[in-house]
Amino acid sequence: MQVPGPFEYDRATSVEQAIGLLERRGETARLIAGGHSLLPMMKLRLADVEYLIDINDLHDELGYVLVEPDLVRLGALTRHRELLESDELAAVLPIFRDAERVIADPVVRNRGTIGGSLCQADPSEDLSAVCSCLDAECVIRNGSGQRVVPMAKFHRGPYETAVGDGEMLVEVRIPLHPDSSSAFEKVERRAGDWAVVSAAAAVTLAGGLIADARVGFAAVGPHTVVLPAVSELLRDEPPGEQLYERAGALAAGHCEPSTDMRGTADYKRHLVQELTRRTLRRAVQRIVDGRS
Amino acid sequence: MQVTMTVNGAEVSREVEPRLLLVHFLRDELGLTGTHWGCDTSNCGACVVWMDDEPVKSCTVLAAMASGHEVRTVEGLAHEDGTLDAIQQGFMQCHGLQCGFCTPGMMMTTRALLDRNPHPNQAEIREAISGQICRCTGYATIVRSVQWAADHPDGAVPAAADEPAAPAESVTEPAAADATQPIPAGSAS
Ligand SMILES: Cc1cc2nc3c(=O)[nH]c(=O)nc-3n(C[C@H](O)[C@H](O)[C@H](O)COP(=O)(O)OP(=O)(O)OC[C@H]3O[C@@H](n4cnc5c(N)ncnc54)[C@H](O)[C@@H]3O)c2cc1C
Ligand code: FES
Ligand code: FES
Repeated sequence: MQVPGPFEYDRATSVEQAIGLLERRGETARLIAGGHSLLPMMKLRLADVEYLIDINDLHDELGYVLVEPDLVRLGALTRHRELLESDELAAVLPIFRDAERVIADPVVRNRGTIGGSLCQADPSEDLSAVCSCLDAECVIRNGSGQRVVPMAKFHRGPYETAVGDGEMLVEVRIPLHPDSSSAFEKVERRAGDWAVVSAAAAVTLAGGLIADARVGFAAVGPHTVVLPAVSELLRDEPPGEQLYERAGALAAGHCEPSTDMRGTADYKRHLVQELTRRTLRRAVQRIVDGRS
Repeated sequence: MQVTMTVNGAEVSREVEPRLLLVHFLRDELGLTGTHWGCDTSNCGACVVWMDDEPVKSCTVLAAMASGHEVRTVEGLAHEDGTLDAIQQGFMQCHGLQCGFCTPGMMMTTRALLDRNPHPNQAEIREAISGQICRCTGYATIVRSVQWAADHPDGAVPAAADEPAAPAESVTEPAAADATQPIPAGSAS
């Protein structure tokens, strides 16, 4: 039987109050959102928590999908299921529905949140790949105000983020650009499992050329990475199969997968190559389809 | 700490340790052993109950987190007059269980599915239970059981019946014909 070690439990009644509690209790305090990463870690005694602050009562305040003309705002407590079911979100960022269909299973998706997923900073977290390729920004609140950290600086390493003691992630912001789209692909061993490899691509076209593109991955290295070399290769090139092929080969060479129970490093490199092609192809196709 | 929640319509209150998981609260504190406890790692789904009308894996929720919420377990599926819910009847009619270990979780998830989507297709049913493991049935009879319940939203078995009613004509495959032994009413829960 797996049970967490003893801890004190409190419920946050507002973001300010949660931050106040975090400040007072320092590094022995932890927030709990969906609990679907933290509780398993506490059961395995991989996380040592003395003071647990439940933020689920803040769902009214922090659970939202707001689509604005140039920006999408996602509240940190928005659950996987809400991201999956939002038609408004799927219309501007179809990558979320692609990913949420294959993140965990429907019952887990009823609880897990985007904030928890990003703050967990597990190298296999699918939403980290999604938010990285979309160039998202993370809004972190603390006692003296808030700061905005780009995804590229949010993950400091496996299980480590830019969120400090006495701080809390409150919102994820994703910029929207015209003539842009995105796509996600994942290979898993069985339904509901973590990725063997997953890939996320975001593309912007201008005048028939790729103006900007980013490809991010989960499960192929110490953190989910957007590879700048791939973005450089794609910039100002006309989209097409040959280009996707070259981008896939480059990505496979630049990632750092390791052999584990989900597959060998070679197999994962092969997947990186193939999924890079597929996600780029689909993102571009979506832009083209959206214009017609 | 004190936790107070509504379980199957009745308010319950207990003094518990904050680290107590909801599954153990239900089974050990309340004696509601219909909710099963399997993998302990949110993978098998044997522990699924509803929290505010949504299925959750109760091995990955603290009792403290459920405080103030409404919980429904398999014991709360049957109707007040004792009539089994259509989903329970479906599992009986279509042999949706063998050992029964996964069954409470399967029924809670698929009851929620039918509440949101009264006529799911096969793929939607399989997707709904994709986070739950059955080591016996091979899932085909579970899918049929849910289809049976979708086709019989009010059920078919009267409360006091000793024998299940004859399988209805709308069951697409001859599910009941595979059954070598009829399952007596009531043993499914
Ligand atoms: C069976 C199973 C399968 C899964 N499969 C997948 C999968 O295929 N792909 C995938 O990507 N994920 C998967 N997950 C993980 C799932 O997405 C989790 O829901 C997610 O990792 C964590 O979200 P949570 O809300 O449950 O976070 P929690 O467990 O509550 O928290 C995780 C961490 O984030 C911190 N935290 C939470 N919210 C905040 C905040 N607002 N500010 C600061 N810190 C915060 C917590 O203190 C904790 O350290 C799976 C999980 C399970 C149990
Ligand atoms: S015991 Fe909860 S999912 Fe297996
Ligand atoms: S009936 Fe035995 S595990 Fe499903």
